[in-house]
Amino acid sequence: MTSMKTPDDVSRSEVPMVLADRVSKSFGTNQVLKSISLTVKRGEVMCLVGPSGSGKSTFLRCINHLEVVSAGRLSVDGDLIGYREANGKLYELHPKEAARQRREIGMVFQLFNLFPHMTALENVMEAPRLVKGLPKAQAEQRARDLLARVGLADRSDYYPAHLSGGQQQRVAIARALAMEPKLMLFDEPTSALDPELVGEVLDVMKGLAKSGMTMIVVTHEMGFAREVADSFVFMDGGVVVESGKPSEVLANPQHKRTQAFLSKVL
Amino acid sequence: MTAAGPNDPATGATLPSGGNGDNGPFNGAGPSNGSARPDGALESAPIQAIRLRHPWRTVLAVVLILFLALFILDAARRPAYDWPSVAKYIFDRRISQAAVNTLQLMVYSMVIAIVLGVILAVMRLTPNPVVKSVAWFYIWVFRGTPVYVQLVFWGLLSVIYQNIDIGIPFMKPWFSFETNAALNTFTLAFIGLGLNEASYMSEIVRAGLLSVNRGQEEAATALGMSWFQTMRRIILPQSMRVIIPPTGNEVISMLKTTSLVTAVPYSFDLYTRSRDISAETFNPIPMLIVASIWYLFFTSILMVGQYFLEKRFARGVGDRQPDRVVAEADPTVSPGPGGMR
Repeated sequence: MTSMKTPDDVSRSEVPMVLADRVSKSFGTNQVLKSISLTVKRGEVMCLVGPSGSGKSTFLRCINHLEVVSAGRLSVDGDLIGYREANGKLYELHPKEAARQRREIGMVFQLFNLFPHMTALENVMEAPRLVKGLPKAQAEQRARDLLARVGLADRSDYYPAHLSGGQQQRVAIARALAMEPKLMLFDEPTSALDPELVGEVLDVMKGLAKSGMTMIVVTHEMGFAREVADSFVFMDGGVVVESGKPSEVLANPQHKRTQAFLSKVL
Repeated sequence: MTAAGPNDPATGATLPSGGNGDNGPFNGAGPSNGSARPDGALESAPIQAIRLRHPWRTVLAVVLILFLALFILDAARRPAYDWPSVAKYIFDRRISQAAVNTLQLMVYSMVIAIVLGVILAVMRLTPNPVVKSVAWFYIWVFRGTPVYVQLVFWGLLSVIYQNIDIGIPFMKPWFSFETNAALNTFTLAFIGLGLNEASYMSEIVRAGLLSVNRGQEEAATALGMSWFQTMRRIILPQSMRVIIPPTGNEVISMLKTTSLVTAVPYSFDLYTRSRDISAETFNPIPMLIVASIWYLFFTSILMVGQYFLEKRFARGVGDRQPDRVVAEADPTVSPGPGGMR
């Protein structure tokens, strides 16, 4: 009963940001994730790397409950995702509860998924106003600050169609940050970009990492992983093949599959 | 020389890493934007070619205009058209009042149809199986029977239900009124038309909703929006672009379908009224022309309205009609020739 007496914030700081315990996911008979166990600490930047079809994107989508886990437990900041556990039984969460969990988890997509009928500013303002009920003036001020932060202060009145891919992705990052998430998920954020636009998005992500944000990044940018990530996880066929410090894994991969993959991308 | 200058002030990049202030190759200073090439070569002369001629287009147009002129000249002198009567009745009080009635029938029934259609379409796409089945059943009934038959049924409403009670079943009703007194034939006509049309509108709206990229729903969900918020703010506005053209079609179609309200029977719409007048004058052809002119006049106005609606909802997507803000703001977006600042 002593843990009950501990102040909430103290006990929280000891809880890892993301805790995956033997997480599995199947689509029909196709098992995409096979008993994944991972821990992401507060403020940690983890890079998830692997060939396409290895399950890394699916794992990311499970973290904010865009996909439902088939087996195992997945929790963010101590909260079980998608379920409530009581008396040894799991209860499915009401969609409202699931939405409340998602608010605190920002997500950035490969294809940006900006709202095309809204300007950059409106894209960033929308969720705080609608979901958090922030007054318009306050939401706009915050949106302008965030757009400035990603270097797009002068593009706030542009529609996504009139922005370059790199600019769109930076707006998407600002949009996710507007909800003040405690965890950011990046699903191949630079894979759809022209090579010369990749840098501007990675720069924003580096800045975010330095500011102490907890991040899980699915990426093929090994330079980014080496420079920014605290941990490096290589996945293949739905399992974690190898993990460790990025400098160590990249320089000296232990597993054959990792060696083969890295020899192709490095 | 290219304008490789500090023309894009660092836009307040406060991230520690910085370096985002210049917008990469989009600051309008790229070598591709210069009027002279970086290697110093002179620009080639603009193309001045002799335009391709299309003589057959002219021939076809002349022939068609000739035929049209012949038809008009002939029609002008044909007694059966009875143009003096057309002129006499086109602004006849009874006709213009009937035209207003027709317009009202169309507007009221389309308002019912669009509102109910959106609701039904959203209902069909909810994750809730009960709500989904209700919408499916409604569409099955109202789309599956002829509108003429439905209108006759509405006309017989007071025979089936003499009184309408509002309240909790088996208790004393809060309101109770006689059907005949409460609902006149005009009201029954637009309710009947609207409820029928709603079943078609719901399918149009559903097609629009399904046309929106799935990534949009995911992005909204990931931001913590509820299903309903996602529909209302993200999916529905984007689907409007797909919904409006067929809806314009339905509005115009509805204007003409109002001529069926004689089944209720309601007899003060444009078509029934002009038929009634010609029954007195024994001269149906000029009255048909009068009614057609009024219908054409209204549909023309509707087509103009549709044009502006489509423009409104092309925001951010239709590059063919670029938004004012963007058009003014930048030569940088389209790195075409002459984009040098």
